[in-house]
Amino acid sequence: MTQLLDIRNLSIDFPMRGLVLNAVKGFNLQVNAGEIIGLVGESGAGKSTVGNAITGLLGKPGRISRGEVIFQGENICDYTDEQMRKLRGRRIGMIFQDPQSSLNPLMTVGKQLVETIQECLGLRLKEAEARAIELLNDVGIPDPESRLKSYPHQFSGGMRQRVVIALALAGDPELIIADEPTTALDVSIQSQILQLIRKICDERGVGVIMVTHDIGVVSEIADRVAVMFRGELVEVGGVDQVLRNPQHEYTQNLIVAVPSPDKRLHRFTCVDLIEGEASQTKIDVQTHWLGKANSDVVEDAGPAIEIKDMSLAFRLKNSVLKSQRTFVQAVDNVSFDIEQGETFGLVGESGSGKSTLARIVAGLHTADKGELSIYGKKIGFKHNDPARRHSRTFLQVVFQDPYSSMNSRMNIRDIVAEPMRFHNLTENEAQTRQIVDDLLDHVGLGKTAARRYPHEFSGGQRQRIAIARALASRPKILICDEPTSALDVSTQAQILNLLRDLQDELGLTMLFISHDLPVVRQMCDRIAVMRHGKICEIASNEDLFENPQHEYSQHLLKLMPNLGAS
Amino acid sequence: MIDTEKTSRLSRFLDNDMVWSFTHSPMAMAAGIATLLFFCAALFAPIIAPFNPFDPAQVMLWDGKLPPAWADGGLPQYILGTDDQGRDLLSTMLYGGRLSILVGLAAVLLGMVLGTTLGVISGFAGGLTDVIIMRIADVQLTIPGILTAIMINGFGRAFLPIEYHNQFAIYFVIIAIGLSDWPQFARVTRGATMVERNKEYVQAARVIGLPNWLIILRHVLPNVMRSVIVLSTLSFAIAIISEATLSFLGQGIPSTTPSLGTLIRVGNEYLFSGLWWIAFFPSLTLVLLVFSVNLLGDKLRDILDPKLR
Repeated sequence: MTQLLDIRNLSIDFPMRGLVLNAVKGFNLQVNAGEIIGLVGESGAGKSTVGNAITGLLGKPGRISRGEVIFQGENICDYTDEQMRKLRGRRIGMIFQDPQSSLNPLMTVGKQLVETIQECLGLRLKEAEARAIELLNDVGIPDPESRLKSYPHQFSGGMRQRVVIALALAGDPELIIADEPTTALDVSIQSQILQLIRKICDERGVGVIMVTHDIGVVSEIADRVAVMFRGELVEVGGVDQVLRNPQHEYTQNLIVAVPSPDKRLHRFTCVDLIEGEASQTKIDVQTHWLGKANSDVVEDAGPAIEIKDMSLAFRLKNSVLKSQRTFVQAVDNVSFDIEQGETFGLVGESGSGKSTLARIVAGLHTADKGELSIYGKKIGFKHNDPARRHSRTFLQVVFQDPYSSMNSRMNIRDIVAEPMRFHNLTENEAQTRQIVDDLLDHVGLGKTAARRYPHEFSGGQRQRIAIARALASRPKILICDEPTSALDVSTQAQILNLLRDLQDELGLTMLFISHDLPVVRQMCDRIAVMRHGKICEIASNEDLFENPQHEYSQHLLKLMPNLGAS
Repeated sequence: MIDTEKTSRLSRFLDNDMVWSFTHSPMAMAAGIATLLFFCAALFAPIIAPFNPFDPAQVMLWDGKLPPAWADGGLPQYILGTDDQGRDLLSTMLYGGRLSILVGLAAVLLGMVLGTTLGVISGFAGGLTDVIIMRIADVQLTIPGILTAIMINGFGRAFLPIEYHNQFAIYFVIIAIGLSDWPQFARVTRGATMVERNKEYVQAARVIGLPNWLIILRHVLPNVMRSVIVLSTLSFAIAIISEATLSFLGQGIPSTTPSLGTLIRVGNEYLFSGLWWIAFFPSLTLVLLVFSVNLLGDKLRDILDPKLR
């Protein structure tokens, strides 16, 4: 095998106000032709920075402070901008995360391809067009000749990513850098794209550096894995060797933190190397604020949540004429019960209506028809329905995005205390403050957290704060809408542990929404699989994963990336 | 993470990234200092000014139309010369600048309060409310701001007896400029509100059960203020020009208590008889004031709200 790329002792600095951030420290990596290298690490580990340094797209003020990048015998660190520009596209291709924004929406796909081919290979128009058709055919786009005239919005997400791959191949590069190429895609499309990248790599002998946070993706297609942690390369090796028998402590922690679809564990073995502040202290819940019953909740009144024949359609196109309006049925005739103290999972791909359903339960959307009862009490769909108003104290939501779920202008104390203050749950301000401190302590944040502002915390810490806020009104029911999908695996493991502990201690009923099957496997007692607004199958955790009945559930399970480790 | 327990609010504010980028941008600092100087000059006009141009005892009619001190025939006590009524030009300009800045601030405040309120309501409520408010704003935007101001000003004068005109002229100008300014604020805050409304922290507030007005006041408004602050700075410069234009056209501040615009109008009449200084110095001041405020607004926008371009 010929060596394509040799990165030697690469260090990248970002000079910032008052300090220099060493984003990458002493990085060494070799890439051979026809080989896929998975570059794995958590957010901020410096993996994308390495990719950008190779292509010369390092954002300002970043600079290469030491080391060399040798691409086919030449040190490309010394290249001028013009030389780098010639290198990109012709010899190094790039695939980016979001296919939506990496194509120009105002140009046809054909034009973009032809332009790139002409620029890179200097072919004439006719030849370039022929090559464009050939490329589209290679990346598996049906009927490439007519598709040349289509605009990017006329392709689905997966097809668009195929076009992006065709663009990357346009200049016949020897090396492709793929930065999170499947992160924006659904599981079923993800596996197709991964297979395509593998195929291209094998057929053309291209070297691929696959930057990703997802170990599942790496395990599926990569030949070798390089693990980065805080700017340093901690481990390189064959996929099997690194995933099954990791040498470095960090890699071991990372592998353990990946939820396994095979069997249900009680807890994730916890990971100290990642976030130091996350030590959990046990509080005697019986005498604690959280343990005291929310006085007005009747506990023995049937299932916690009962949904009957629920439907909701969103209007896509508005019109004065009724016949001209178009709708999408987000939730379609859905019925299920959630028993008290149970964790109920809702799984499905994006657009399946699972979040919409949760929002109806939380009172953020109003259903078109159907019945919703909480603790046996029917909830009217009016905004200020008395039963709905009452439910707000014992039903709370943990949202997906920890970066937007908190008002950045309020400090943590005010954020967490807001439900208590609004519902007058405490006797005085001193008690409120005491409870906020306790709650923050309970979710594993330090004492000083209350006075700080959201931007001072990491994603995982913010999610802990969001959980503390949700707990502040002593809820009986917690709706978790993709609570960990914006987090890194190790942080995800901690948050899932926290949620599970809280449930054990407080007897919470949980509605847990996720697109990630292994996570659902770890968390839920019963699971409903949703597709196009309908529920395909409701089954217990074991039944669903070991013996799925519905065709779609089987399909989803088959696509699930499996580490095969542990 | 740094322990912030002991640091005071002020030092935390000074440590802020935005304050840092402001103090490390020479242009922003220069514009800020220049604007501050203008404000100080306006605020302390009675102390700095060598004469009080509104005190008849200090105004010598026979000293009228004197050139600046360094020119032929200039008197040393009148540094920038005198106007047609024998008022010291420097003092008149200091007092005039004071009036211009006051009118500008008040007008922007009016436009900001009105526009932000309507914009936030419009963006948050959506639907018919949104359509009605924004169409009114659109209609008003089709007419140039200065025409709207002249019209409102004219209406005000028409309904008030003539003897009150001079007394209330300044309020008319403020209201006229403020009312012609609100659609800008409404548009920007509406957009910002629509972004914030869909963020999860607003959803979280809804789940808690907060009523809409409290969500707007406590959650949405603080988060759209950034754009509002930037826009007010830029609008302030425009308001000063609007006031000067109104006064120049004789629709604004009367010449008994002249603003910069009034001074330019008066000077304009004498410009071709060789008395250049009466129009020149107020114009120069106006240009510098508007330039520095505009530059400040521009730099603030770069720092606070890079999306608003």
